[in-house]
Amino acid sequence: MALSLDKEFCLRMYKQMLTIRMFEEKAIELFEHNLIRGNVHPCIGQEAVSVGVCSSLRRDDYMLNTHRGHGNCIAKGADLKLMMAELLGKATGYCKGKGGSMHIADFEGGNLGANGIVGGGIPIAVGAGISIQNRGTDQVVACFFGDGATNQGTFHESLNLAALWKLPVVFVCENNLYALSTPVREAISASRISDRAIAYGMPGISLNGNDVIEVYTKTKEAVQRARAGEGPTLLDCITYRFFGHFTGDPGRGITYRPKEEMDEWLNRCPIKQLKERLVQEKIMTEETGKEIEANVKTSIEEGVQFAKESPFPSADEAVQDVFFEMM
Amino acid sequence: MAAQSRSPRRGSPTLGEERVPQVTFVESLRMTLREEMERDPSLMLIGEDIGRYGSIFGVTKGLLEEFGSHRVRSTPISESAIIGSALGAAMTGIRTVAEIMYVDFTTCAMDQIVNQVAKMRYMSGGKAKIPLVIRTQGGGGRGNAAQHSQSLEALFLHIPGLKIVIPSTPYDARGLLKTAIRDDNPVMFIEHKLLYATKGSVPDGEYLIPFGQADIKRKGRDVTIAAISYMVVKALKAAERLAGEGIEAEVIDLRTLVPLDDEAILQSIRKTNRAVIVHEGCRRGGIGAEIAAHIQEEAFDYLDAPVERVGALNVPIPYSEPLEKAVIPDEEDITKAVKKVLYRN
Repeated sequence: MALSLDKEFCLRMYKQMLTIRMFEEKAIELFEHNLIRGNVHPCIGQEAVSVGVCSSLRRDDYMLNTHRGHGNCIAKGADLKLMMAELLGKATGYCKGKGGSMHIADFEGGNLGANGIVGGGIPIAVGAGISIQNRGTDQVVACFFGDGATNQGTFHESLNLAALWKLPVVFVCENNLYALSTPVREAISASRISDRAIAYGMPGISLNGNDVIEVYTKTKEAVQRARAGEGPTLLDCITYRFFGHFTGDPGRGITYRPKEEMDEWLNRCPIKQLKERLVQEKIMTEETGKEIEANVKTSIEEGVQFAKESPFPSADEAVQDVFFEMM
Repeated sequence: MAAQSRSPRRGSPTLGEERVPQVTFVESLRMTLREEMERDPSLMLIGEDIGRYGSIFGVTKGLLEEFGSHRVRSTPISESAIIGSALGAAMTGIRTVAEIMYVDFTTCAMDQIVNQVAKMRYMSGGKAKIPLVIRTQGGGGRGNAAQHSQSLEALFLHIPGLKIVIPSTPYDARGLLKTAIRDDNPVMFIEHKLLYATKGSVPDGEYLIPFGQADIKRKGRDVTIAAISYMVVKALKAAERLAGEGIEAEVIDLRTLVPLDDEAILQSIRKTNRAVIVHEGCRRGGIGAEIAAHIQEEAFDYLDAPVERVGALNVPIPYSEPLEKAVIPDEEDITKAVKKVLYRN
């Protein structure tokens, strides 16, 4: 199928996917050098979902994110410097160093925050949908969560409520086939996550989450429905995380995933696939590809440098921001 | 009760001598919600059965008809979704009052309250503004048994990021609910089911009661009784009885737990040198433990007796009347505690 999409748009998506990949590789490196605390949950391998979904959104649309959320942040337009500073716990980070990897929020860019509780953000997305409906704007909410979250009560409560009130929410399941170490087939009674939408009277679509064009196209339709007041959609984006659950996983998750399966998914790398397609369709030359890569590398290095040079927050900052100070 | 409580109130508008209407606690809440909804056209209510049914205790009766289904959102039984969506709406510009029918049911939404609502502002480095009130009610005394009778304020007290309001009169409920609604922070507003039918003077004119201002509901020189919610009513009855025996108890209604009016408690103790803290939640880990600790830290030298805590027995609330009575503190328990700190029989 030939690409009917704008050339610049395709190149922008490619660049974003590459940015996510290289940002994550850098984050893992910084974690290994003890510059990042806690853990990193890399989304390497899932870049097409982040970029495909967020490319169909406007800046004033909302997004609710997960613990594996660096990619979604970047795709929603986050500043790499402020992100990197947050990962390093610096005062200049998005959350002044109070949130870290799992809680990056960028309200001006519509990012209402990432959640360390699986399924915790889903009802919040519903609330943003209520807010849009009550304010009468045509914004939408993209709500990201993993396959594991679809077994939480919040998923079911939220989908029901969103469908009941026809709220402008697109529920995006980043179905990477594992909830930590538990495979989807051992955790979900339905054969497809998208089938769960039937129970709530909303469209549910399973799609190839490693094909950014497919993700973009299907999300766009869901976003259009939402903007038109026709209610929510559940998108089941089937993908794979190349790394394990987190930086603490031995052998990138080899203890619970067959090697053949991991290799097979590596072959289906979303970035490699898009690159081949763009070159094949003469949208991108090898040369342009290299240029983009160099640009991305520079912006990430700038982010790291900014983060490293930034000051840590002072200790007295710890007691600030619990409450908004009423005048 | 209202008449005796009015004159020494601190921080309240002067009511003068004119007659003010007597309304129930429920009417006071309803009147306040209506006024605030008129004042802020975006203010939204969300909760179970709050629409046509008017909520289980009638607080929202008539509001759906007046303000429509976008602003009075009656939900399915989905406590997590109620709190989470109230949070999402509040974060994005819709001031919201969520109702959880019984405080016992907040446990169904505990992740949303504890991990989301309470932490969102802090985790985001102070970016999130959350104008959200969670109205709920608790307490026993009506034979509702273990899952509909609890007093859980101490659970929330332990969580940084939540303000806690726990009024005892229709007058206070109105002034505090207004402040809660206009606050840009999450507020737990905990009512008591036995207070709903109580009547008190509530003026028509607008007044707000600031958070962190306890109210001296009865003046006294011999002992300080600090109480909350329905226990204020019981403490006042106990004080009446004690007065007959020549003991003048000062009864302080804390009204808000976060922020807590430490100074009002300490000031009273510097005068009386004796303190009894009364709450309906379990004694173990109850708010009394926290306040007693404050007192010994700040007023140790003023104390003539160890601080007494009166709270429920450390058991679930039983159904049968004699059992429930045995578990929940009453005037007799308060009287005993007062006599203990006075070393009297």
